[in-house]
Amino acid sequence: MFFRMVYESFRRQKRRKLLAGVAVTLGVAVATAMIGVATDIGDKISRELRSYGANLVVTPQEDTVDVEIGGVNLKPPSDGAFLNEADLPKIKEIFWRNNIVGFAPMLLVNVKVGGPSDTKVVTLLGTYFSKRLKSGTQEFVTGVRITNPWWKVQGSWPDDNSNEVLLGERLAAKLHRRPGDRIDVNGRELRIAGILSTGSNEDEGIDAPLAVAQQIVGKPGAVRRIYVSALTKPEDAFARRDPKSLSPADLERWSCSPYAQSIAYQLQGAIPHSRAEQIRQVAQNEGTVLSRIKGLMLLLTVAALFASALAVSAAMATAIFERRHEVGLMKALGADNATVASLFFAEATLLAILGGLIGFAGGALLARKIGLAVFASEITIQPVLLPVILAIAVAVTFAGSAAAILRAVRFDPVFALRGEA
Amino acid sequence: MSVQGPPPIRTEANALNTNGAQQRSGSPHQSMLLRMLFRSAVRRRGRVVTALSAMVVAAAVTTAVLNLYADVQAKLGTEFRSYGANIIVVAKEGMPLPADALQVVESALEGRGIAVPFAYVVARTSDGHSVVVAGTDFDRIRRLDRWWKVSAWPATSGEVLVGRRAAAVVNPQSGHFELSFQGHAIKLTSAGFLETGAGEDSRIYMPLGDFVKWTGVQPSTIEVAATGSTKEISAVLRKLEDALPTADVRPVRQIVEGEANVLNKTRATLLAASVLIILTAALCVLATLTGWVFDRRRDFAIMKALGASQRLINGFFATQAAAMGVAGALLGFAVGIGVASWIGRVNFHAPVTPRFVVLPLVLAGSVVVALLAAVLPIGLLRRVQPANILRGE
Repeated sequence: MFFRMVYESFRRQKRRKLLAGVAVTLGVAVATAMIGVATDIGDKISRELRSYGANLVVTPQEDTVDVEIGGVNLKPPSDGAFLNEADLPKIKEIFWRNNIVGFAPMLLVNVKVGGPSDTKVVTLLGTYFSKRLKSGTQEFVTGVRITNPWWKVQGSWPDDNSNEVLLGERLAAKLHRRPGDRIDVNGRELRIAGILSTGSNEDEGIDAPLAVAQQIVGKPGAVRRIYVSALTKPEDAFARRDPKSLSPADLERWSCSPYAQSIAYQLQGAIPHSRAEQIRQVAQNEGTVLSRIKGLMLLLTVAALFASALAVSAAMATAIFERRHEVGLMKALGADNATVASLFFAEATLLAILGGLIGFAGGALLARKIGLAVFASEITIQPVLLPVILAIAVAVTFAGSAAAILRAVRFDPVFALRGEA
Repeated sequence: MSVQGPPPIRTEANALNTNGAQQRSGSPHQSMLLRMLFRSAVRRRGRVVTALSAMVVAAAVTTAVLNLYADVQAKLGTEFRSYGANIIVVAKEGMPLPADALQVVESALEGRGIAVPFAYVVARTSDGHSVVVAGTDFDRIRRLDRWWKVSAWPATSGEVLVGRRAAAVVNPQSGHFELSFQGHAIKLTSAGFLETGAGEDSRIYMPLGDFVKWTGVQPSTIEVAATGSTKEISAVLRKLEDALPTADVRPVRQIVEGEANVLNKTRATLLAASVLIILTAALCVLATLTGWVFDRRRDFAIMKALGASQRLINGFFATQAAAMGVAGALLGFAVGIGVASWIGRVNFHAPVTPRFVVLPLVLAGSVVVALLAAVLPIGLLRRVQPANILRGE
């Protein structure tokens, strides 16, 4: 009898059920989408923050001081220690390899450019532009095009295995060179593939494939420093601890958090005779920006959950209030309060579960769309979220209906039937 | 609702029967309409309060979200300034910066940002190593480059900051060392060590006054952190270019583009979230108000039975809904401003400035949603005979 009443109520009052059901579905969809976006926003924004450039730098252990003003290096290039280019793929073998977005080796050398009449000393930077590397079975592409996304090239990027170079835009203006021209560098004839604009010191110099710079220095395989761009976790008090002073259990916990410090520590272990540290300008500020954006999304999610809970309860309350006559009739026929209430609650649960399922699917789709539209990468909703969302939907629907149901149950059947309630 | 005693008079129609006949002077329709509106609000407080609170909450959430959306650029902009300079002014080759360059930059900034002068030379240590020495203003740099990790800032003249790498060359274990530049020697005391992970690690920083007295070299670079939107920053950039024709003024693309990128993505996400929240809020109002109007179908029937025209009835319900929309919007706006400034304080540690531009938007939105909520059920009731409704069917 009970089930038949519930069934008939859904069959006969399609309009009312549809209205309440739509409210539940939309509420759940919004809540799901917002939870999905809020849980994923940290990852997404932290990837966007990588557009600020590398946040870690690896240098030789016994590196000496740079004597450099305004991008002009005053120190002879053969001076000091070097890292070995052959060690570079090891960066992709550390524990946090999937957090390494990219890296770029650097080798600076002072060169003479121009003809014999107007010789000029400029800095040549040897690096990877977009180099294909292999570590184990894994292939990956890395270089300044990934680590320094603000570098703009007019013309084309040189190939990493060629003798082509990029000319800084200020230098190009001074030398009156354009893409496709040739330039004499320390007696070598190099082709200019493009003009580089960075808004920084590189605009005054030349950028060449690493191998070209190594030939000029006369040290094959030499790298002066490596800039690494990694996804990190904002620093906290635990991150600042010295790994040497940690107990083994703490050290494991420390290494298993992607702090800039622990990634630097692992890089240092992976590359022989090196020292890795964070570039504080980039690494330190990431945390603040990230936590502000995450906090904002969290508060907005709370607002969204609140609004959808309110919408669902409003719809439910209205739906039940409209059915006073039914309650009157049921009570007149001998139903007690508990039976009436349980009937309404059963209906509410059914609505919540149906609306919750459809809303969850819709919300997941919505989150995906937002992810694709804003970040050009998907936001996936964890299926683990489904029972949580359903539980919330049932709870909210219950809470929303409770007041209305109690009121409906307390009606005197006489007034209800006379239509005066 | 009350169970004891006779059912209380609840409909406006009853009010209309008892007192309505006594006051029929002037413009009967208008005074009547006002009376009915007033009575209906007072007599059915319960339902009115429910509908109104839904409106208030919806308007509050909308106001808060719109305020945050408008303010997030400024708020995050402040956070992004901790990334340091976004404009750099450099002397052109062979030309010093004008002596008043710093004042010129400051006046172009109009207090919205920081400018820090830098002067550089290459000095020699007592054992013949070269090291870059920079003269600067420590008070300003502490505000500009907040990521500098410094063991102790120099307090008095003669004290310097030694970069982590530079320390290996000057050996300031005792705290004292000597540098010479073009034959002029100077004795310095190391106040603390500097660690940044970048070029600063290889330099020694000293107060600009001491630096100029020792070397005679004037600042060649001014680093500027201008606050504001992208437009405001390019305006500052243009102003600086005009004011300092002998210098190179250029944006630090790494910072400017990184900021624009993150900000755009954040704003887009926020926009999507705001649209969702506002839609939900509107849905909530729609559900409540539709129920409220539908619930009053007996008033509707009685008015119709007493000979009210469809236009009058439409006007009556529409006016009530609109009044509720206006009241809800105003109350909700006040609450929403409070919520936005609370979020600002909690999340950004600075209150969100209330934007009154949002008010007309919220007001118009509320009224439109309220009218929509009133029109829908009226359309349904229109087809029903008043007699059927009064019979309780």
